Amino acid sequence: MPLNPLDLIAQMPGAVSQGLIWGIMAIGVFITFKILNIADLTVDGSFCTGGAVCVMMLLNGHHIAVAMLCAFIAGLLAGAATGFFHTFCGISAILAGILTQLALWSVNLAIMGRANQSINVNNFDLLVSLRYLQEVIKGVRPFYWSPILVVGVFLVLIIGLLYWFFGTELGSAVRATGANLNMARAQGINTAANTVLGLMLSNGLVALSGAILAQYSGFADINMGRGAIVIGLAAVIIGEVVFARIFRNFGLRLLGVAFGAVIYYVVIQAVLWLRLDPNHLKLLSALVVAMFLAVPFWREKYFSKSLLTKKGGAGHA
Amino acid sequence: MLEIQEIKKVFNPNTVNQKVALQNLSLTLNDGDFVTVIGGNGAGKSTMLNAVAGVFPVDEGKILIDGSDVTRLPEYRRAAYIGRVFQDPMMGTAANMGIEENLALALRRGQSRTLRWGITAKERERYRELLATLDLGLEQRLTSKVGLLSGGQRQALTLLMATLKKPKLLLLDEHTAALDPKTAAKVLETTEKLVTRDQLTTLMITHNMKDAIAHGNRLIMMFEGRVIIDVAGEEKKKLTVETLLSMFGKASGSDEADDAMLLS
Repeated sequence: MPLNPLDLIAQMPGAVSQGLIWGIMAIGVFITFKILNIADLTVDGSFCTGGAVCVMMLLNGHHIAVAMLCAFIAGLLAGAATGFFHTFCGISAILAGILTQLALWSVNLAIMGRANQSINVNNFDLLVSLRYLQEVIKGVRPFYWSPILVVGVFLVLIIGLLYWFFGTELGSAVRATGANLNMARAQGINTAANTVLGLMLSNGLVALSGAILAQYSGFADINMGRGAIVIGLAAVIIGEVVFARIFRNFGLRLLGVAFGAVIYYVVIQAVLWLRLDPNHLKLLSALVVAMFLAVPFWREKYFSKSLLTKKGGAGHA
Repeated sequence: MLEIQEIKKVFNPNTVNQKVALQNLSLTLNDGDFVTVIGGNGAGKSTMLNAVAGVFPVDEGKILIDGSDVTRLPEYRRAAYIGRVFQDPMMGTAANMGIEENLALALRRGQSRTLRWGITAKERERYRELLATLDLGLEQRLTSKVGLLSGGQRQALTLLMATLKKPKLLLLDEHTAALDPKTAAKVLETTEKLVTRDQLTTLMITHNMKDAIAHGNRLIMMFEGRVIIDVAGEEKKKLTVETLLSMFGKASGSDEADDAMLLS
């Protein structure tokens, strides 16, 4: 059967919606990976925690806003656990994240009671849903119900809040902690507390993203966060590379990261449309992320000589 | 202002690499003292400074700043009293943050960080004026990332940051050692200017005996984790490199004292 471009176009709204939802998650990864300079693997667990908490709260009759708030708080706690392992117990950040991620597997199962819990869209007032997207496209629901718009507004709000926070004294202290631990301590910044704060904020956003994705797809699944860190990193890297020249401002950089997630999902959709076996997707994602991470290293290693001759003596005042 | 009482520090205790870095070291700095510190490699100069700054806990002894016991305070809490400049220009500033952002962080040293905006228009004006006194053209580049500056510019900025909020104690750990001679001289000049302006109590480690003699009102020499020479006032003004070397030979009980040993 020949490839039909119309199929691909028809799949775009779904891809963009998913991309925007994962964009919130990617912004969480940006906070740890770029600002704190830590690769935090907690997110594979906390993403699912967010989805699980949201779905279970809905099933127990709570309002969607309450459910999402609780998901966010659950993410904060997951981040606090990793922060505790890392700063108080002196475990390396990567290992601390892996420990929390492993522990969250059990926690997530305990929250859901089983590996998968679904919600019927008809019975709940949700913020976003794949069903709403389909209905908007068919014209039976007003456009403002489109997940692209709703999640988009949500994203802008989050970026606005983060822009404000990282501009405050406290947010600057978090940034300084990630930039230079020695300097931060010499300036009286409690680096341990700020690291924990950053990890909490990051995982709170990741869990919120999980909560939105669970609503969107109508279920929470114990495996929904598997490989999330790679998707988050991919989005961060794509966002930084593609928009590096035009997005310099901090808020715009966050927007670039969210767009990075959208690009990632659009590309995934296109690859699937080309009839790639979906089982191979994770291999492909891992390789792409590895490539992007390797490029700066290669640039440094193999092209640094020409740089030295060009800027000779730049080290002196 | 600073009282170091019988502090002891042993690195890697009970291993083959055991090293007694500070041996019952005592030192008292009066208000406004500008003390230069010299000594060979492994004499314990940096260890002393780091012990005062709280980078690691000491095994024995007490450290008092302005009368209050800080021996058990973590590094970030002691920062309320202390301004620091490191040997490595990369260490004292955040490379991927702007010049004004670095200064704003330093202005809030020792204060709790709130949700107020991290930098105000008023303090920005002050930064511009202060940077202009450095005479490096940095006042035009408030928002430039510090990573774009040269080593000398970064050290000058770090000095400014360390003294922006007047510290009770200024610790300079060979802060000109990584710079070329011309830049080093310029940074030293700035140091002298800032220390004199604010009458700062200062400990400055240097590997250059001439600098140690030329600056400050007091000079100490360390050897094997202790202070072996301590000269001040008129006596210090009369010092020469030669007399210092012979003093070192007497005090350390070694007659092999030469430039190489002290400067290494």
